[in-house]
Amino acid sequence: MSTVIMPKMGDGMEEGTLLRWLKGVGDEIEAGDPIAEIETDKVTLEIEAAEGGVLTQTLIGEGETVPIGTAIATIGAEGDAPVEAAAPSAAAHIEAPVTAAPVTAAAPPAPVAANGSADVVAPTPAVVRGAGEKWRASPLVKRLAAEHGLDLQTIAGSGPGGRIVKDDVMPFITGGRQQAAVSSQPVVSQESAADSKQVAPTPAASAPVAAQAPSASGRPGGVARDLSKIRRTTGKRMTESKQAIPHFYVTSEVDMEAAMAFRSQVNAQLTDDASKVSFNDLVIKAAALALREFPNLNASMEGETLYDHANVDINIAVAIDGGLIAPFVPDADQKSVGAIARMAKDLITRARTGGLFPAEYQGGTFTISNLGMYDVEEFVAIINPPQAAILAVGSITETPVVRDGAVVVGHQMKIALSVDHRVSDGAEAAKFLIAVKKYLQNPMLLALS
Amino acid sequence: MPTVTYREALRAAMAEEMERDESIVLLGEDIGVYGGTHLITDGLLDRFGPKRVIDTPIAEGGFTGAAIGMAMNGMKPIVEMMTWNFSFQAADQIIQNAAKLHYFSGGQVHVPMVIRGPNGGGVQLSAQHTHSLEGFYGHFPGLTVVSPATPYDVKGMMLTAIRDPNPVIFLEAGALYGTKGEVPDGEYTVEFGKARIAREGTDITLISYGRQVNLLLKVAERLEKEEKVSAEVIDLRSIRPFDEKTLVDSVKKTNRAVVVQEQWRWYSVASEVAAIVQEQAFDYLDAPVERVSGAEVPAPYARNLEIAAFPSEEDIIKAVHRSLYRGA
Repeated sequence: MSTVIMPKMGDGMEEGTLLRWLKGVGDEIEAGDPIAEIETDKVTLEIEAAEGGVLTQTLIGEGETVPIGTAIATIGAEGDAPVEAAAPSAAAHIEAPVTAAPVTAAAPPAPVAANGSADVVAPTPAVVRGAGEKWRASPLVKRLAAEHGLDLQTIAGSGPGGRIVKDDVMPFITGGRQQAAVSSQPVVSQESAADSKQVAPTPAASAPVAAQAPSASGRPGGVARDLSKIRRTTGKRMTESKQAIPHFYVTSEVDMEAAMAFRSQVNAQLTDDASKVSFNDLVIKAAALALREFPNLNASMEGETLYDHANVDINIAVAIDGGLIAPFVPDADQKSVGAIARMAKDLITRARTGGLFPAEYQGGTFTISNLGMYDVEEFVAIINPPQAAILAVGSITETPVVRDGAVVVGHQMKIALSVDHRVSDGAEAAKFLIAVKKYLQNPMLLALS
Repeated sequence: MPTVTYREALRAAMAEEMERDESIVLLGEDIGVYGGTHLITDGLLDRFGPKRVIDTPIAEGGFTGAAIGMAMNGMKPIVEMMTWNFSFQAADQIIQNAAKLHYFSGGQVHVPMVIRGPNGGGVQLSAQHTHSLEGFYGHFPGLTVVSPATPYDVKGMMLTAIRDPNPVIFLEAGALYGTKGEVPDGEYTVEFGKARIAREGTDITLISYGRQVNLLLKVAERLEKEEKVSAEVIDLRSIRPFDEKTLVDSVKKTNRAVVVQEQWRWYSVASEVAAIVQEQAFDYLDAPVERVSGAEVPAPYARNLEIAAFPSEEDIIKAVHRSLYRGA
């Protein structure tokens, strides 16, 4: 008999919701069959059976949310008697150990599943830590738990006396140190200007839970509501970023006259909409080429170690229901503008429909957040950790500019770079912006390389 | 690079420095005519004459005291203890005078001397001739204590010891006198207070010094081959001053440490290592620091008992398993 657990599908995933069972108790199952659909913080996925047999028991109900590692079903040999579904409350306390890859998801495995698993010692049998029973953990584990926001109460310990040791928590944290450096959390946020316009509360999240007492002035109090998962994840990650990373900001203004002409010219030649180039695609390419000139900004700070990345993978912050997600265009510096346009369009579309695979948003080396379409002249963004910098892009506005001694109508775009001061300084950030400007103001360079 | 024995490297360090510096003299029992009980000084009497290679009476307290006086007056004596066990006879001179004169004199007097000889056991010399004194001498401020494990280090550290303006306790790995290694011709020094990473690894840090380093390297090979465990081996080399950084950096990387020593566990180098690790890498430890030490008995004579009394590969592997939470 084997146990199916709620899998960890990515860095930062702490719990998952079972949307629906695709197999019923008593159904015969072959290895690889999808047996359930789950929803993580960011995506909806199917869980596949790791081995064949008969689904003997489902341990949680549809719509129920459980911590990762929780047993959700058992698969027995053919002939095993089906078992009545256990009460959900009991199931929630059962902790199945997270083995290297007990469950494969329909999506390509996230980096976490692919990495580190070989070194993970097979965990001891599931344990139940009773209510009020205190966990014990090694000093290392306590530190890791604090850094990664793990709740040790829910993690089984395999050490002496149930001590939670490194091997017990590593499956909950993406891979090793090096892996962590590139498997950044994709969720990014922009400051105030963005949220009010883009983020509509999800229906589930808007259900009133409790009302606040009236204020002293007698005005009615607020109505409490649960934050959506993605809102919570975004909040946690951004709080970490803003608290831990010493941000500094440099801004500049780009003359977009030439880029506009270039884009019109290119798009006029294209018949299919999928290949049409957006201003953001030009910014992606410009930033990617500029990063090649300033590789120091194409890095991630993991603890006290700085990791340089050979690849330039540009994340695009995409507004979705309830929050943001940032899929990335891999090797953007080596892709043509057309290839970037096609890929970005596909990623953005699937981000909005919930069809992204974890491998498409877990990672990336530099993020671009563009609010140009929302008539935002200028804003600054919070760094997407552990990356070193993020570029915030505003609208192209008609502005009087002086050209050849005369005031004419120009098309200007403001850009702001937020940088981790532990990694770089103002002068380098400024030079990077000059490079981005160079490419955008001379768009033929974008086509050249 | 020529391959020479630990013994030859040690002799070369002293002889080459004696050629360069006339203030260096050797003192000890049977070091001249006989060439030294362990043949460390073989041939040096013929080369440097009886004024610089001095055979002494069997009186460690006397000739050590004489050497301290020479050092105070501008010479650089190198005293051989036939084995470090006999230094108990000279302990008063070493601890009460050599270690403290610089302090007592407000810095006016230096005692630039080296006391050297084989340390530790393993060759059936029984209880009175089997001591590992690194913890004992490492206890006293004013003494520098080193314990090189390779021919390269023994030469480089002997040069550093001779040139040090203060007394150096030079603990040789007696059991390793015949082991070979690459040693450059001519002059080079190995700094005190710098540990050596004898083997890089990622899963566990094994720490020792002297002849136990070779044991750790064997264990590390076995762990790699049999269990795919990547062990880092640190050779402390210098007992006092102590390289805390190399040790702590390694444990921060591997999250676990096993310290191995031939000496007894109580009040020992391993105890100090364990304390430093918990002070400076507490939040990186995934398991308690393991100490593997000699049995708490006077060293036995019988070969089987002597083997049982010192750390073995199996003892170390058991400690590694405890640290990795594997097996029992």
